[in-house]
Amino acid sequence: MNIIQVKNLGKIYDNDGIKTNALSGVSLEIKKGEFVAIMGPSGSGKSTLLQILGLLDDHTHGEYRFLDKNIKNYNQEEIANIRNSKMGFVFQAFNLLPKSTVLENVKLPLLYSDHPEEEWEEMAIKAVEEVGLMHRINHEANQLSGGEKQRVAIARALVLSPEVIFADEPTGNLDSKSGQIIIEIIQKLNKEKGHTIILITHETYTAEYAERIIRLLDGQIESDKKVENRKLDGKGFVK
Amino acid sequence: MKFIYSIKTATNGLRTHKSRSALTILGIVIGITSIMIVMSLGDGAKNLILGEIQGTMGSRVIEIRPGKEPKGPSDMMGIMFLDSLKQKDVDALRKKANAPTITGVMPLVVGSETITYGSETYSASYYGMTELATGMYNMIPVEGRFMTNDEVKGFADVVIIGSKVKEELFTDQNKVLGEKIKIKGRNFRVIGVLPEKGQGLISFDTVVIIPYTTAQQYLSGKKYFQHIVVEADSEKNVLRTIEDIKITLRNSHNITNSEDDDFSLGSQADALKMVGSVMSVLTLFLAAVAAISLVVGGIGIMNIMLVAVTERTKEIGLRKAIGATNQNILTQFLLEAVILTGFGGIIGIILGSSLSFFASILISKFGGLNWQFTFPYVAAILGLVVSSLVGLIFGLYPANQAAKKSPMEALRYE
Repeated sequence: MNIIQVKNLGKIYDNDGIKTNALSGVSLEIKKGEFVAIMGPSGSGKSTLLQILGLLDDHTHGEYRFLDKNIKNYNQEEIANIRNSKMGFVFQAFNLLPKSTVLENVKLPLLYSDHPEEEWEEMAIKAVEEVGLMHRINHEANQLSGGEKQRVAIARALVLSPEVIFADEPTGNLDSKSGQIIIEIIQKLNKEKGHTIILITHETYTAEYAERIIRLLDGQIESDKKVENRKLDGKGFVK
Repeated sequence: MKFIYSIKTATNGLRTHKSRSALTILGIVIGITSIMIVMSLGDGAKNLILGEIQGTMGSRVIEIRPGKEPKGPSDMMGIMFLDSLKQKDVDALRKKANAPTITGVMPLVVGSETITYGSETYSASYYGMTELATGMYNMIPVEGRFMTNDEVKGFADVVIIGSKVKEELFTDQNKVLGEKIKIKGRNFRVIGVLPEKGQGLISFDTVVIIPYTTAQQYLSGKKYFQHIVVEADSEKNVLRTIEDIKITLRNSHNITNSEDDDFSLGSQADALKMVGSVMSVLTLFLAAVAAISLVVGGIGIMNIMLVAVTERTKEIGLRKAIGATNQNILTQFLLEAVILTGFGGIIGIILGSSLSFFASILISKFGGLNWQFTFPYVAAILGLVVSSLVGLIFGLYPANQAAKKSPMEALRYE
């Protein structure tokens, strides 16, 4: 089953009359349980593509079907609801609430969900366990190292068991050791829990943890291939 | 998202920026505090003056003044020289057939003279009254006694003096009763001293009271009265008595049209009503001036909230990315503003009422006034509502700015 189906997707930014063509004619399908890496140099449109797929931005051309429904048919509130329950986000800059604890940060998406409050604690603890941060659960986010922060962000993305996790350069701000831990966790989520992962990176060695690499250049798909020598269990991760 | 979580989120947001939140509400705190103080002190002053009127002039007392209903200060001045109230009016009012509910009629003669005792002199007002003044104006001497009916009828040269007069005139404060003082060269025997009332709107501390007969005959030399004071048998009959007085006086003065009345009536209720409304208007005016600070405080809040929204752009982007709707973000920031100002309002109410409480203690202690502290409930409730409303109004624009942000742009914001 296709989670994501995109046909002829295009995006033109209009900045005070100056039009920039960020994406054009992008067509792709992503199946449930797939681990896809999107690669490309700066300005290739990979972040724009992720933002459109993650419903953080509108597309200007083409059609985007998420879980077989055209997203043009949803209103703002329904889109917020999809982002909440069906999608998880991991950003390069972590984006945690600095003065809140690990547990509070992980609980944040639950605040906007339909889950009753009694279940929140258990769900959040489960997600923190998943990323191996139980020993830090009551620390404030600004007391953590970069790698730990990103693990909190992953736990936050996981807490509502979403269909897709979008990871935008998750290892970009990390040293190679922390980066390896993060990419291993992401791979584990895909292999063991069956989460669909869409990873953006400009590093080939990170992308090779995925099953499939889509390369973008100047807003268009350059190639879309299976990874031949897929890295597993983080062996050989060198930055 | 349940409302309770919105409140929790908002209070968390405020708690992370404690010192800024405190500075932000300062304007609201000052505004509400000053409104509370103005309202509380205004109420206190009103109660003090009303209390003095009630304490001085009985509720069954009706004052008849010569001349038309006074319309301004110049009319008031003229009353002293109008001669429309005469002995025949007093006689007419005393007839049960004319006004059955009247229990007492007292003519009033007012003037001022220099009073001497030995080498001491004092300039005071004299009131020519009858024995009925004890009930009508609550004139109970602390020393000696009041005048009797016989002394009034007999043109007696007796005087009851105010506490200040006693203080100024006599070197030996214990040798006052029975002493002779001179008013306009005539000897009067001191038979009583009135209690000290302190400074106030109405005070008998600086006056001397003598029989009106004596006052008319030997001091003023005039055949008319400045006032006639009437007492009704009960409070509920005051209105009926007023009507009876009007008819009696019109008959006595041969007036057919009420517009030609050459007298006017005043009761305690009238005086209370007038003073009360003047004081209320004054208090409201001062409160309105104080309320300007609320607007200033509100603009301050809007300013800070706009800064906060910009500063927290990334947080807004993140919240939207993980599922917050525009409504959620709007509610969060609006609630932050309302909780902030509401809290400022509560602090202002506490601060304002404690300050006016201390002020009332100081006034009664050092001002020598019987000042009662009143907690202005209306101002408190109004203050809370208004301050929250200020938050709502001035928070709406920043909150809307926050809610409108596109999640992608917000996340990218540096």
